Amino acid sequence: MTAAPPARRPTTTAPAEPPAEPLATRPPAPRRLPGLRVPAWLGTPVRRIVSAVAVLWAAATTAYAALLLAPGDTIDILIGDGADTPEIRAQIVAEWGLDRPEAVRYLSYLGRLLHGDLGRSYQLQRDVGEVLAGQVGPTVRLTLAAAAVGVVLALVVAVATAGRSVWPRRIVSAAELVAVSVPQFVIGIVLLFVFSFSLGWFPVSGAADPEALVLPALALGLPVAGVLGQVLREGLERALEQPFAVTARSRGLGERAVVARHALRHALLPAVTLTGWFTGVLLGGAVITEALFGRPGLGRVTMQAVSAKDMPVVMAVVILSAAVYVTISALLDLAYRLIDPRLRSA
Amino acid sequence: MTELAITRAGAASGPAAARVPAAVPGPAAAPPLVAVEDLRVSFPASGVEAVRGLSLSISPGECVALVGESGSGKSVTARALIGLAGPGAKVRASLFHVGGGDALTFGPREWRRVRGRFAGLVLQDALVSLDPLRTVGAEIAEVLAEHDVVPRRARPERVRALLEAVGVPDPETRVRQHPHQLSGGLRQRALIASAIAAEPELIIADEPTTALDVTVQAQILRLLADRKAAGTALLVISHDLAVVAAVADRVLVMKEGLVVEEGPAREVLTAPRHDYTRALLAAVPSASAVPRRPDRSPVAAPRGPVLAAMGLSVAYGSRRAVNDVSFRLHAGETLGVVGESGSGKTTLARLALGLLAPDAGEVILRGGPWSGLPERRRRPLRPAVQVIAQNPLDSFDPRHTVGRLVADPLSALPRRRRRERAVELLGRVGLPPELLGRRPRELSGGQRQRVAIARALASRPEVLICDEPVSALDVSIQAQVLDLLAEIQAEDGTALLFISHDLGVVRRLSDRVLVMKDGSVVEEGDAGEVFHHPRHPYTRELLAAVPRLPERAAGGDR
Repeated sequence: MTAAPPARRPTTTAPAEPPAEPLATRPPAPRRLPGLRVPAWLGTPVRRIVSAVAVLWAAATTAYAALLLAPGDTIDILIGDGADTPEIRAQIVAEWGLDRPEAVRYLSYLGRLLHGDLGRSYQLQRDVGEVLAGQVGPTVRLTLAAAAVGVVLALVVAVATAGRSVWPRRIVSAAELVAVSVPQFVIGIVLLFVFSFSLGWFPVSGAADPEALVLPALALGLPVAGVLGQVLREGLERALEQPFAVTARSRGLGERAVVARHALRHALLPAVTLTGWFTGVLLGGAVITEALFGRPGLGRVTMQAVSAKDMPVVMAVVILSAAVYVTISALLDLAYRLIDPRLRSA
Repeated sequence: MTELAITRAGAASGPAAARVPAAVPGPAAAPPLVAVEDLRVSFPASGVEAVRGLSLSISPGECVALVGESGSGKSVTARALIGLAGPGAKVRASLFHVGGGDALTFGPREWRRVRGRFAGLVLQDALVSLDPLRTVGAEIAEVLAEHDVVPRRARPERVRALLEAVGVPDPETRVRQHPHQLSGGLRQRALIASAIAAEPELIIADEPTTALDVTVQAQILRLLADRKAAGTALLVISHDLAVVAAVADRVLVMKEGLVVEEGPAREVLTAPRHDYTRALLAAVPSASAVPRRPDRSPVAAPRGPVLAAMGLSVAYGSRRAVNDVSFRLHAGETLGVVGESGSGKTTLARLALGLLAPDAGEVILRGGPWSGLPERRRRPLRPAVQVIAQNPLDSFDPRHTVGRLVADPLSALPRRRRRERAVELLGRVGLPPELLGRRPRELSGGQRQRVAIARALASRPEVLICDEPVSALDVSIQAQVLDLLAEIQAEDGTALLFISHDLGVVRRLSDRVLVMKDGSVVEEGDAGEVFHHPRHPYTRELLAAVPRLPERAAGGDR
């Protein structure tokens, strides 16, 4: 699941390409190539929206193609392991337009999605939108908490160890390596064993109270902290060697001020690029973490849907994660511009 | 991490035989701002001893210059004066007074009071020496805040006043801009504004004009002279003796961590006593010097030009990078192209290399088409046109060995012959075959540029396009590389398109010269004519802006 720590990158300003993602939602790295200027009238917002729509369309179409290409009758696939009655069959034919030509079917599918209708799960006998809506909350809480754990830990550790003496760095690097290379479920089991079974500090499962969020967020956030910490520290150390850091010191700034006011912002650029990657880790990791800690959430619903072959739910999850990626990458683009003024104007 | 371990050098810390006596205090006999004796800076981690027993004093209002080539220890010395010699540096001295305090006893807090308040530092290139992610105003205000120069409310006003004082027009707009939005000259002014914000008694300027065009360089030097006139002492570090001549009262010439000669600027620059100073002075290429090669027989050229350009124009968006430029380059001839940054020199080089298609006009190679060809048909002709770039460290793959770099264009040869030929090529550029296994980073700047030349020669080119080939080199190395290029040209009859912002360098090698400004050729002609009787006002302005060495007592031309 978790990628190896990224290779050392040559520059701080050119964000690294993130590890492979399921869909090509990432904008091209905002490094400007000479001679490759997009006309000013086709401004960034327009390009962003067009590419976002294209990605969402591609995700929806892929899901649809998966439905068509799956061996067997479309109606059987949509029912999956659910109850099979003539009424349900008639309902499916009506809702998916299976009695009409292919093109009309496809277009009405897209039209339905445009109206925000994600279809109906015939196993659960509920609308998919409704099924997912009930589960989004716990997952969002978990991923935000895990992201916070990852970012805060990485920042603290990187700022505390960048450019410092050898030994603390070695220890921290080793810890990061462990966090990155140990699978999340192992981290989760160890955390459960120590803090729930032995010490009894945190509940073993559930999502009822805030304490129940602590261990899953740690299990999910530690690998992120490991990678982010390495990238941030390297960015900081690179920035601290730059001439502007010398200038800042020559003004009488203390080392902490040089890091906080100058170097950190430079180190953030490559780290922000990784945000796209760790969104993927968090979404994917949620499946395992939610199962392990007995939490409700999207991950759990996805797993149940896949094992029960509940196709409408699976399709909706594909489209939903594409939407999340598109949103994240738009936010990242904005973040680059906020951090680096050189990317704002030509 | 940058705080230094400073220990007092014991009385018996080595023979100080070569020690230069500390300068006599100025006529006012005010206590010196900086008094250093037997300064030694070493980096135990790498085993380098950068400064080996230097003595230096700077009196109020005085301008002292440290000159020397790269690696002479001049920058380390300057930074040691504000406690920033670098991570892991060990600084020792028998006397180390900075700003009236004994720097040997300074802890981090004392050093921080010295930095900015007592001494401001101006580094080479403001594009990277100012934080590129912050506004110019924020950078200047940082000094005001750090040393509590003026109350918070008065800071914006003070920042504007500082920018005005260093000659930045329209400071209200500039404070909100980032370094990349300012021209090189304005950026450097802003950097100086941040260095003088806390009204330091001393400005330490480390190669303050090296990244600048000559006309801008002249302005910055004037600005520094103004600060000196206002009573601020200056320590200028430069490799460029002519720059030093423009501002310094006293000059220290450094070599390998030692001061080899010291004295009043005029004396050192006109009547040097030490051989090294003489060699440095002799190597300075000068725009007014006699051309180096009067002996060459002009190539009687019944044949047409090897490379010719007709009416070339290229536009990037609405900006015309190259505007209706034509030239003809014959075998064995050197055509110099001079101009400041943004004048279109490099674009012209890319056009000549066939790396960029002109919007209008045409490049002709050996009488046949070149710029208009599809790449597939141009590729077989490419060996005839080779390039030497400014910085081989950027243009070489850092992971390749010298052998691989040089043999790269030799793929037509059988494997065994390649190595032989690579050794042969290294020999031609004066490098021993032992270097074959080294990587670019392990070579000196001069060696790297020689490797670049060897590589360019590998395909036996008829045209060599040199884009600022010596701008990153020390003067003495510059002279050697230029001589090498001339030698190769004399032997092979290679045509050189020689691009540089440095008029002295162009003068040294060129037969004919193009002067470019804003993408257009403003003057063209025989090199001697252009340099001695410039017709265009811009050429005159360029020539006037070049800092000059005072006339030497001892004849300079070899």
